[in-house]
Amino acid sequence: MQRIIYIVQKEFKQIFRNRMMKPMLFIMPFVQLAVLSYTADFTVKDIRIYVQDQDMSPLSAKLTSKIKASDNFTLKDVSYTYDEGFNKIQDNEIDVILSIPEHFSRNLNANRKTELFITADAINSTKAGISINYLQNIIHDFQIEEAQSKGLIEIKPGINTIKRDWYNPGLDYKFFMVPGILVLLVTMLALFLSGMNIVREKEVGTIEQLNVTPIRKYQFIIGKLLPFLIIGVFEFTVGLAVALLWFKVPFLGSVGVIYMFTIVYLILVLGIGMFISTITDTQQQALFLAWFFSVIFILMSGLFTPIESMPQWAQDLTLLNPIRYYVEVIRLVMLKGSSFASIKVNFLVITLSAIIINMLAIRNYKKTA
Amino acid sequence: MDNKVIVAKDLTKKFGNFTAVDHITFDVKQGEIFGFLGANGAGKTTAIKMLTGILSSTSGIAKVAGYDINKERNELKKNIGYMSQKFSLYEDLTLKENIRFYGGIYGLTKKQIVTKTGELIERLRLSHIENTLISEIPLGWKQKIAFSVAILHHPKIVFLDEPTSGVDPITRRQFWNLIYEAAEDGITVFVTTHYMDEAEYCDRISMMVQGKMKAIGSLHELLEKYNAKDMDEVFLKLAR
Repeated sequence: MQRIIYIVQKEFKQIFRNRMMKPMLFIMPFVQLAVLSYTADFTVKDIRIYVQDQDMSPLSAKLTSKIKASDNFTLKDVSYTYDEGFNKIQDNEIDVILSIPEHFSRNLNANRKTELFITADAINSTKAGISINYLQNIIHDFQIEEAQSKGLIEIKPGINTIKRDWYNPGLDYKFFMVPGILVLLVTMLALFLSGMNIVREKEVGTIEQLNVTPIRKYQFIIGKLLPFLIIGVFEFTVGLAVALLWFKVPFLGSVGVIYMFTIVYLILVLGIGMFISTITDTQQQALFLAWFFSVIFILMSGLFTPIESMPQWAQDLTLLNPIRYYVEVIRLVMLKGSSFASIKVNFLVITLSAIIINMLAIRNYKKTA
Repeated sequence: MDNKVIVAKDLTKKFGNFTAVDHITFDVKQGEIFGFLGANGAGKTTAIKMLTGILSSTSGIAKVAGYDINKERNELKKNIGYMSQKFSLYEDLTLKENIRFYGGIYGLTKKQIVTKTGELIERLRLSHIENTLISEIPLGWKQKIAFSVAILHHPKIVFLDEPTSGVDPITRRQFWNLIYEAAEDGITVFVTTHYMDEAEYCDRISMMVQGKMKAIGSLHELLEKYNAKDMDEVFLKLAR
């Protein structure tokens, strides 16, 4: 026990004496949290639209002005030709063309079938899909309004859908993203700090001296892990404060549950870092490995893309991804107020993995040459 | 047998087909300064790694401070000191912090650490730089500090792997004074060097050539046996 305390003291002194460390710990994560939270926005706004109006009727003008009034669309131009709009798509000046054909008004008034034609720049397929969806909603509303005003549809009591968005009533994407980004920052910090640590002693040569001392392997790993655990919990706390106070993310669940999970999770991530550190010889190698894992972990975490839309094999792979479990838990506990019972499985998986990876790190740290 | 700190019998280390250390048999008495000589690549460092418990031997047995080098490593490590040619102090810690850390690792009590720190700083006359980072201290001083830290826990034996490489003659002389002081305190000193004049400061000398221990004895014995006027000549005759 005494040895562990001396190692922890030494690590803290070294961490805070490192010139880059203070900005890395106290500035970078919060800049990232602030910037990423504003940018990781999946709502599509300011879709630039061009309306090709061949009908030139009051009705087509009404539809156009309805689109113009929408929050999601910016009306760039209205004209008679399609080619002009298509050139604008080519020059990346607009995103969508809505073509209103001749006799649109006449056909509609005569209650005949008529067609509208939508062209979308689908380089970003997600954005194109969402844009078309928004546009169809507007057209649908327009159609119903027109029909009602002419008395073609009677409003009868019948099936009526009422929408309630539970847990995030304002549909604020930040509520969804901020906790996830917080997870990401804590993970990256823990993984990189621990991954670079033991290997640094190897590079400098001090590990050789430690290897002839009576330090036990587990004392060494625990002594190395504890300072980063404390730093990690501190970072998480400050990040959580930013999320709650600045982004006004609700916190419905138990603080105790979230901290308990965070601590076990950090021990797991630090263990992965320690393991990386034991199998590499230079900080450069450790850095590359840490990057490899963090990119895969982040992209397969369900943070930016829903896990449900991944192919089955990828979904199975995410079961090995610690970030996935933590993102799930933090969203559940903060936004849904879930209790320990509903995150029990995640907790067990992370605890078990933490034990295994740290044992591996201890086993893999060779005090022998 | 009681006063022997190292007993090695047919100690051997093979890396694949290459035999780095080939059946060396020797012993070192308590309080002795034992010179472990040999050309680069003769197997000195490999032998030291085995004796300090960081490398397993392929065959043969050895006991250091009474402990088997393969089976009782933890006890062994509590009773030895080690200073390598690679620098072993933390550059980003101060002199005092380094002493404190290594003292703590070797299980000294807080009180012992304070006393030992005071003694060490006084003996080396370094009170003016006790709170200076090691990175800002000149190399010659660092070597002396590293040696003093290596014997902080008063081990039975201290292994020095080319401790004076790269230091000036005056510092080397001072360094050897520290070695003598340690030996007088009853600490056995096991030192490798390739400065042949330093070999002459040792009580006994051994000579490694291609993994084998070619000669062992006091300076006079070796000079007589090989009919040489100094260690340089002995070295050249044996290495050939």
